Amino acid sequence: MFNELEERQDFIVIKGRHKKAMKCDSHSVSGSVSQRACVYSGARVVLNPIADAVHLVHGPIGCAAYTWDIRGSLSSGSELYRRSFCTDLKERDIVFGGNERLAAAIDKLVQLYAPKLIFVYATCVVGVIGDDLEAVCKAASSKYGIDVIPVQSSGFMGNKAAGYRAACDALLKLIEPVNTDNIGKSRSINYLGDFNLAAETWIISNYFRSIGIEINAVLTGDSEYAKLKKTTDACLNIVQCAGSMNYLAHKLNDLYGMPYIDVSFLGIQDTSESLRKVAAFFNDDDIILKTEEMIKSQTAKANQAIERYKHHLCGKKAAIYVGGGFKAISLLKQFREIGIDVVMIGTQNGQPHEYDTLQELADEGVIIVDDANTSELEQFILEKGADILVGGVKERFLAYKLGVAFIDHNHNRKHPLSGYEGAVNFAKEVYSTVCSPVWKYALDQGGDSAR
Amino acid sequence: MRDVNQNPCNMCMPMGGIFAFKGVEGSMVIIHGSQGCSTYMRRHMAEHFNEPIDVASSSLNEKGTVYGGEANLKKGLDNVITLYQPRLIGVLTTCLAETIGEDIDRIASQYMEEKSLTDLNIIAASTPGYGGSHAEGYFRTARKIIESLTYKTEKHSKINIIVPIISPADIREIKRILNALDIEYVIFPDYSDTLDQPFARPYNKNPDGGTKLHDIASMAGAAATIQMGITVDDAISPGRYLEQQFGIPLYNLPIPIGVEATDRFIDTLVRITGCVVPDSLKQERGRLIDAMIDAHKHNFEARCTIFGDPENVYAVAKMCMENGIVPAVAATGSPSPKLGEALGDHPHICVLTESDFMQILEKSTEENVDFAIGGSDGKFLSDEGNIPLIRYGFPIHDRIGGQRLLSVGYTGTTLLLDRMTNTLLSIKYDNYRDKMRQRYLADMQR
Ligand code: SF4
Ligand code: SF4
Repeated sequence: MFNELEERQDFIVIKGRHKKAMKCDSHSVSGSVSQRACVYSGARVVLNPIADAVHLVHGPIGCAAYTWDIRGSLSSGSELYRRSFCTDLKERDIVFGGNERLAAAIDKLVQLYAPKLIFVYATCVVGVIGDDLEAVCKAASSKYGIDVIPVQSSGFMGNKAAGYRAACDALLKLIEPVNTDNIGKSRSINYLGDFNLAAETWIISNYFRSIGIEINAVLTGDSEYAKLKKTTDACLNIVQCAGSMNYLAHKLNDLYGMPYIDVSFLGIQDTSESLRKVAAFFNDDDIILKTEEMIKSQTAKANQAIERYKHHLCGKKAAIYVGGGFKAISLLKQFREIGIDVVMIGTQNGQPHEYDTLQELADEGVIIVDDANTSELEQFILEKGADILVGGVKERFLAYKLGVAFIDHNHNRKHPLSGYEGAVNFAKEVYSTVCSPVWKYALDQGGDSAR
Repeated sequence: MRDVNQNPCNMCMPMGGIFAFKGVEGSMVIIHGSQGCSTYMRRHMAEHFNEPIDVASSSLNEKGTVYGGEANLKKGLDNVITLYQPRLIGVLTTCLAETIGEDIDRIASQYMEEKSLTDLNIIAASTPGYGGSHAEGYFRTARKIIESLTYKTEKHSKINIIVPIISPADIREIKRILNALDIEYVIFPDYSDTLDQPFARPYNKNPDGGTKLHDIASMAGAAATIQMGITVDDAISPGRYLEQQFGIPLYNLPIPIGVEATDRFIDTLVRITGCVVPDSLKQERGRLIDAMIDAHKHNFEARCTIFGDPENVYAVAKMCMENGIVPAVAATGSPSPKLGEALGDHPHICVLTESDFMQILEKSTEENVDFAIGGSDGKFLSDEGNIPLIRYGFPIHDRIGGQRLLSVGYTGTTLLLDRMTNTLLSIKYDNYRDKMRQRYLADMQR
């Protein structure tokens, strides 16, 4: 495939009969207009849903301004997490260092909100001016007897995936149990990698409740300090968003012997399989029976609802460009569930094993791309004749300008995509954009109306 | 100085810089720093304008941060040229690039030399995020563009019009007024098309529009400059530069919002050029006055909070006063000493500079305002303080059409006034029955 930038060549493969090596998890190419965000962004995504925590950005104002309340995570209690706190570093702090400013900000926030938990996010400049985040946080922590946890998220230290790790490291500090007696003692499970976007955590938790499994802690959708402190009580970790949470699950296994299984609640098939896996872990007839009953009734209901959309969508072509590999894999399957062929798959931060899976699953001829830039997205969408793109905010308007339908799979969406409900919503979302009458008028606007 | 900023009311300098460059024909921007800054700014703009916003990043990584980002930036310039074939590349710095001491002017000129580029301009503007808000970043960059592209040139009769951050619809309206007055002008930065691109096939990732490079160069020979920038500091004022460097008379005016400001804009044009005001404009003025009279009782002594960048806050505050609405709180996240000066003769206005939304909420509650006007971040005031928000300015993320909001000139003012009055009316009507029942019926039934 022709690419104007030679150094991007290796990040793109076309699915053929043999698996090809492809480059990923690497630095973005300068000047290529990558769609990626930064380490801080990744860390914030993971930790942000912790509702009663103070999330303090240590850095200049922009980093905080652009990330104020931009995610749709819901909370059943505190709304504190939706505020954007920032040390607002200025020129003189850059010269003389920001340690004092950070300490003062923490003092003030403790005085105002009396939080039990403060996350302090390092931004790029903080990594350069040599502020001692660890020391300031430690001092504040002992001064107030609360958890003040630094998040090493300087933007230039890597990409979003590095941010996930930074967040997981922060979480590990938070959940380190004081009392090791209770580890694994409860019959309940932890649910890792759901951020309660549009109530998704609640939807899945309800499924578990109705099959007789209690959720101990969710990391981190609708979570709070007290619940997270008991994380290690659970007997099992189930891991959804693998990109962000695999690392944590591994660590919890190493440190506390907590077993974990991978799950996915995106799409009907994955949801059912995941529920079965968890039920099987408990090896309890009652749970297994209830699970099968629920799967049966929910699947029937969802399939019936989807049928209405499906026959409008069969044979359409989709392009996927999302943050992580886990999501891309799920979407590929979900599109198939509604009869749509996927013609392009890309991710911002996919990992090698995820690209392997994608190459296995994709049909021949599908373009697979890592860290695509806007020019590539444009090229691939048009060449492949995609009818719909799934992606985030920045991709939405590119799709629209290309006259292509679009659905959001970002952290700001207002429609749940998890579970059976989510599967129906997914079909409905796709339908509502692909089958809109507006495209008809877009066809002959301007030069080429050949499409 | 406050200990902690709680819910920022401003963005950072390079964001303003992007706006300025987007107002130049055939330009592309690269932000020198790590990837996140550029992506966040793109997202912020994309969601407001509902447009793809292509801005490159030099994607500084650890190595570049430690050993200098020159190689990254040059590579980035190469790639931007390959992908976009721009006529001008704007280089903006971030906190990171400034902190590690990148000399972008040198890198840019060296690059031009190395590649012996003749038909491409590279303009580097220093915009450390920590050095000011998007508002300063905008004017600073606009000035840098003018400094770089102008040289002593022949005098001509065109008028320079320098606009702040307003909506594409506002820019188009200003052009319409200028055309109605039959005035020859150069408007800069003109992002009215580049940030509000009509749908057309095939898609063009280098949107048409923007002030032409030779038009910018010609600004050095204009008959006068009208700059909508009364809160702009001289050191970053493009109009002041043209005056000092080339002797172009500067008329520093407020954004033409409200009767007085629009009159002033048109009168100034008449004075400079001797143009004749057509009946159509006089009629627009008449309609505005008519609308003001129709609405005056609803508006009288209403109280509001205005927040955003200083230039817009000033203009809207003045327009409120014309209608008997008290701009009780005028707030900006910028340092802007001039906003306080400009609104200084109105002791009933509480001017907040370097503010944040927590402070704005506190003041607004204290001042008992009826509504707030500004970008969608002000939803915080509605959520936590029950203050209705009229969306105005940038950014507007939770409603559609921020790029189409028209607020300048007589007609734009009429529309803006309607938005305000209707907000007051809906408060009144929504509460009317309950209020009356509580006030009078409850007593009767006691
Ligand atoms: S404040 Fe500085 S570091 Fe933060 S987004 Fe703006 S330029 Fe980037
Ligand atoms: S300065 Fe760093 S942390 Fe802040 S937005 Fe930019 S890349 Fe992210």
